[in-house]
Amino acid sequence: MEAARLSQFEIVAREDFSDVTYLLEVRHPLMAKAARPGQFVIVMAHERGERIPLTIADFDRSRGTITLVVQAVGKTTREMQQSCKVGSTLHAMVGPMGIPSPISGAKKVVCVGGGLGVAPIFPQARGFKEAGTYVIGVLGFRTKSLVFWEDKFRACCNELILCTDDGSAGLKGLVTEGIKRAIAKHRDIDEVVAIGPPVMMKGCAEATRPHKIKTLVSLNPIMVDGTGMCGGCRVKIGSEVKFACVDGPDFDGHLVDFDDLMTRLRRYTQVERAAAERWSANCRMKDLADPAAPAVELLELPDPFDDVKGG
Amino acid sequence: MAKKKTIRTIPQERTPMREQEPRARAKNFEEVACGYDVGEALREAERCLLCPDQPCVSGCPVGIDIPGFIRKIGENNTRAAYDVIAETNLLAAVCGRVCPQETQCEEVCTVGESLEPVAIGRLERFVGDAAIREGWVNVPHIEANGFRVGIVGSGPAGMACAADMAKAGCEVTVFEAFHQPGGVLKYGIPDFRLPNGVVDAEIENLRRIGVRFECNTLVGRLFTIEQMVDELGFHAVFIGTGAGYPSMLGVPGDSLNGVLSANELLTRCNLMRARDAAFDTPIPLGKRVAVIGAGNTAMDAMRVCLRLGAEKVYCVYRRSRAECPARAEEVHHAEQEGIEFHWLTAPVAILDDGKGGVRGMRCIRMELGAPDDSGRRRPMPVAGSEFDFEADQVVYAIGTNANPIIGQTSRLKLDKRGYIATDESLATSMPGVFAGGDIVTGAATVIEAMGAGRRAARGMKAYLGLRDAARAAGGETLFGIDLGERNFVRLRAAA
Ligand SMILES: Cc1cc2nc3c(=O)[nH]c(=O)nc-3n(C[C@H](O)[C@H](O)[C@H](O)COP(=O)(O)OP(=O)(O)OC[C@H]3O[C@@H](n4cnc5c(N)ncnc54)[C@H](O)[C@@H]3O)c2cc1C
Ligand SMILES: Cc1cc2nc3c(=O)[nH]c(=O)nc-3n(C[C@H](O)[C@H](O)[C@H](O)COP(=O)(O)OP(=O)(O)OC[C@H]3O[C@@H](n4cnc5c(N)ncnc54)[C@H](O)[C@@H]3O)c2cc1C
Ligand code: SF4
Ligand code: FES
Repeated sequence: MEAARLSQFEIVAREDFSDVTYLLEVRHPLMAKAARPGQFVIVMAHERGERIPLTIADFDRSRGTITLVVQAVGKTTREMQQSCKVGSTLHAMVGPMGIPSPISGAKKVVCVGGGLGVAPIFPQARGFKEAGTYVIGVLGFRTKSLVFWEDKFRACCNELILCTDDGSAGLKGLVTEGIKRAIAKHRDIDEVVAIGPPVMMKGCAEATRPHKIKTLVSLNPIMVDGTGMCGGCRVKIGSEVKFACVDGPDFDGHLVDFDDLMTRLRRYTQVERAAAERWSANCRMKDLADPAAPAVELLELPDPFDDVKGG
Repeated sequence: MAKKKTIRTIPQERTPMREQEPRARAKNFEEVACGYDVGEALREAERCLLCPDQPCVSGCPVGIDIPGFIRKIGENNTRAAYDVIAETNLLAAVCGRVCPQETQCEEVCTVGESLEPVAIGRLERFVGDAAIREGWVNVPHIEANGFRVGIVGSGPAGMACAADMAKAGCEVTVFEAFHQPGGVLKYGIPDFRLPNGVVDAEIENLRRIGVRFECNTLVGRLFTIEQMVDELGFHAVFIGTGAGYPSMLGVPGDSLNGVLSANELLTRCNLMRARDAAFDTPIPLGKRVAVIGAGNTAMDAMRVCLRLGAEKVYCVYRRSRAECPARAEEVHHAEQEGIEFHWLTAPVAILDDGKGGVRGMRCIRMELGAPDDSGRRRPMPVAGSEFDFEADQVVYAIGTNANPIIGQTSRLKLDKRGYIATDESLATSMPGVFAGGDIVTGAATVIEAMGAGRRAARGMKAYLGLRDAARAAGGETLFGIDLGERNFVRLRAAA
């Protein structure tokens, strides 16, 4: 029976962009066929693992694969950073979930990605490009060494504005600087699509609001099932409550209550921190027992909410 | 046995079922009710009058031959009793535990007119448990007929339809979005009421008759219903995706941290095993928890909170106890365990602790007015009766709406509320596609979902032109073709 399964969720490629960011390419031919820009999957690394949502950063129909780009921020994502090797399998990967982003008939769009949003914005940029849209990419990284996929973005953007916090590559400043620059240069932008940490998306929505440019953001609340069954992912959009997993994840950035989203993302902070600490303590123990194993250096991670840029 | 039993000769008292002591069980996830042993089952079976008019059978949504199986228990032949139940119900161990018998078979039981009715549910569970323990499964002789059937959703509706179609000789695949099959039986109803092992055993039985399960498959998004029929080669499809989409109250404070749906709480606890440190899912732990609603879901949520270590658990319900829709036994158990019930109380607002969490709740007292559409007396707020109380977690168990995914991704006709529209044979607007269970009726019961799965299977067999032995004999035929068969009707309509 096993052999008949739709997918074994085998990891066929992995690339490490930095100490905290890694790419996994997972085999799932049917999903590669179904995936559209803006959709996400829910992954379980092992049988007892958490179900974590990850955006589909790329899909390759001919190879039959789905690409995920993961930032190691807590227990599950750090554990995956260690355990996910080429040839190993995930316990589960379900999707594609969510309503695909509308690749509208816009003539000119700005695609903004910052932190863990850089990879997820890629399929949208490519989708627009394929639809004949003029695409301006704005990517934010903390510093030059964290930059990835620049060539992939150059290939599908008519213009690319790279921003780094320290100015070591491209423009010095936040992605909102990049947006302002794009708006100043192009008076005819139809749409801005932004993916990244909530503060960044909030900043983007504020940057476009005075210009009345339609702005779509992709929300990342805490999820469980991803099928509309639990309501854990509810977000406030204007006066309405929506479930991001089935009604989104894309929403009108000018209507999103970002403060609510940010508060709700902190729901389990204490439990998560404790889990991550327990886990890293465990890892250290293992390393002590096995002197051959390389020491696991736990990174001092920024609070995801201060992290406008990430990378 | 030969002498006719009368209401006077049978044991007058209903045989009690052993239970874990309330204080002990409120701290563990072991099953509350321990089930009958053989002696107890025999004694309770003795109470059945084997009425010729069988009122209980008409009270059962799937029409189990109740006196038939009770007679076999009385003859101390549990295996035969299982065979009788298995003819109509493949989930005896599940239904014996979770059906609302007091409003179904037991409500109309003749004995119940003067004494406590026969404990039909407990006897059914006795038989179901024996079957699991002994590994009984009635694997019929199945002759493959080459038809492929796709089932979407692995709750009781999907399971029942899968079983019937597999027995009819079809190659059946069940697609489930979660990483484990079972639907609400797995993620919703907690172990102390329905152990996951019981559900797994029933699923294993389906595997034994050839049903395949594909978990981690979100139908509608990975492939659509249309694609199942047009591209993936399914000759017929059944949709049993459940209700989902929990309602929120729409009062101030709804989105505070510490407010969550019963579905989220129960899924984290039951399916994701959050209560076990070896699993990674976080679970919110309140000290004073208010659960809003009084259905089965609310009872489960309250009792789960208690077991996770809450000090105080309140039930807040706007109607009175008489209108409470939960199984009587569950309300009784919840009371025994120390849940505090606040009947005729409605929430007005969830109060903020200033840090995004919950500090308490503002409620208002209600009184019952004239009957509403549901036939229950409508609760009306009593002016000026607002009051606050302390709580640090609020759980909503106030019902669900239709899950939107299938609607979003197919051309199936929906009703006004977003549920899938069907005719009486449970056929949808798309030929060959059937639907049943909560996604058609809205939140209902396990047995009704199962009944729907079986009804849809009948419709599906007619559509595929498969003849049940029983049907082929009777019924109107033309040149030997059964006129009840939908294909034939369609053909004639097309011609
Ligand atoms: C639709 C969607 C798409 C996403 N796409 C990506 C992606 O492409 N790449 C990526 O690296 N991350 C993505 N995320 C975020 C990712 O799911 C979380 O980083 C991950 O769940 C954290 O798990 P953890 O155990 O490692 O960390 P935890 O210790 O659980 O948490 C660390 C931080 O992540 C946040 N977080 C925890 N659980 C979730 C959750 N289920 N959903 C959202 N945030 C959470 C917490 O608020 C916390 O601040 C996405 C989230 C959503 C909802
Ligand atoms: C907490 C709780 C307690 C309850 N207690 C009782 C009780 O004591 N007695 C009683 O009779 N009833 C009870 N009920 C009600 C009963 O469980 C439901 O009426 C019944 O389970 C409905 O069955 P179903 O097969 O229609 O759907 P479900 O059991 O909801 O199963 C649907 C399945 O479909 C899956 N699914 C959904 N969408 C998709 C998709 N697009 N692709 C693939 N899979 C999908 C879901 O993940 C789920 O597993 C309770 C319900 C709850 C929530
Ligand atoms: S109505 Fe009661 S007494 Fe009569 S056959 Fe049914 S279970 Fe037995
Ligand atoms: S994740 Fe459960 S409803 Fe969206």
